[in-house]
Amino acid sequence: MHNAEESIREAAKKLLSEKKVDLIVGHEQGTLPLRTTPCFIDKVEDVPKLVWNENCDANLSKYLIGRKERMGVVAKGCDARSIAVCTFEKQIVRDNVVIIGAPCSGLIDKKKVRTKLEGKELLEATIEDEQIQLKGEGFELVLPKKDFVCSSCLTCRHKTPPIYDVFAGTKVPEVEADEFSDVADLEAKSSKERWTHFKEALDKCIRCYACRDVCPLCYCKTCFVDQTMPIWFGKTTDLSDTMIYHLVRAFHVAGRCVDCGACSRACPMNINLRELMKKTEKIMKERYNYTAGLSLEKVPPLGEFKMDDSQEFIK
Amino acid sequence: MESAGEGWTPKILAFLCNWCSYAGADLAGISRMQYPPNIRVVRVPCSGRVNPYFVIKALQHGWDGVLVSGCHPGDCHYISGNLVARRRFAVLKDLLEYFGIEPGRLNFSWVSAAEGEKFAIVVKDVVEKVKSLGPAERLVKR
Repeated sequence: MHNAEESIREAAKKLLSEKKVDLIVGHEQGTLPLRTTPCFIDKVEDVPKLVWNENCDANLSKYLIGRKERMGVVAKGCDARSIAVCTFEKQIVRDNVVIIGAPCSGLIDKKKVRTKLEGKELLEATIEDEQIQLKGEGFELVLPKKDFVCSSCLTCRHKTPPIYDVFAGTKVPEVEADEFSDVADLEAKSSKERWTHFKEALDKCIRCYACRDVCPLCYCKTCFVDQTMPIWFGKTTDLSDTMIYHLVRAFHVAGRCVDCGACSRACPMNINLRELMKKTEKIMKERYNYTAGLSLEKVPPLGEFKMDDSQEFIK
Repeated sequence: MESAGEGWTPKILAFLCNWCSYAGADLAGISRMQYPPNIRVVRVPCSGRVNPYFVIKALQHGWDGVLVSGCHPGDCHYISGNLVARRRFAVLKDLLEYFGIEPGRLNFSWVSAAEGEKFAIVVKDVVEKVKSLGPAERLVKR
């Protein structure tokens, strides 16, 4: 990934100095180990701040929505795919955006690391040769990276962005992965077991809406949960209201979700929201043979129809 | 809605499109066809008018089942409202059933204005199915 980092900086420098963009949106080192934070660079001399590693987990497409500037954006596979979806939905002006495609080797799931640390404070972390070295007061750990990769990255097929203007680094070949195995496991259970499963999972939800706020596709000016005229929606943490919130949100991103995993990463209560989102993806794949974010022209399934759509469920 | 107990019969909310299914229900009525009295009808301009949220909200309010019925594909008064609705409901039904709502609570049908008999059969089927499932409990706000 480090040669990609150099290439990203070069590309950013070139774009800024040739005045092709006003701003570069990328990642910079965070203040804590294993953390990066989104950064906005408008001067060539700030370009060395840009980093590219397994901790660059923010989906930067969120920052492009509704902006007027010409922006360069560092995008991994999932970022580029959400940019494609938002562009199709006219939230991002394609001509204003230069996508610096970057190869991704899978993000580190901080929650998995945190669980492993059992409350000990992490002071230093390095990732090298597929291993994570963690250091803190009185402990030192060397962990295999593959056990601490985000679940969305484990089955990701598009680690190389499908859409980009400049590519930095070397491309990662597309891998065949059984991306719906988790969903299939749940589907194999009985209706009652699934209900209990989701009830227990969503009971933890505190309705902070972090999942919505971080989602690049949740760009509505007034979200259905915030609307008060009329009130669509119960705002309590009553389980029924909470479950309906997650259901309706899943429905809203159906056919648009690119499984970047941002919602799961943002959840402070550790709810695996991907279980629901992934199902919407599976429905779209099976019923309409559609994968979101791979093209700028293809209309998503819920935006069109065909005379011979499947209707086995209709009497 | 009153809670389940002795002598419980399901209550089913039916969204019927103005141009076909509502007229079909009307035909069933004027032809004196017998069907269970468990449905309450909401007349909508088109099955495409039925927001998936209506269906979810009905379940939250304790309706034991929901029926959405519209014109046959190709017969929509608004040309394609039912075709748009068909995709929407396919996703909704798959998603709700994955979520743990019993299959059978959500029902969809195409009933034309001439199909009074079909309407009676559809309602009978839906009521039987929901009866065998028992009163709705999942997703109901207490």
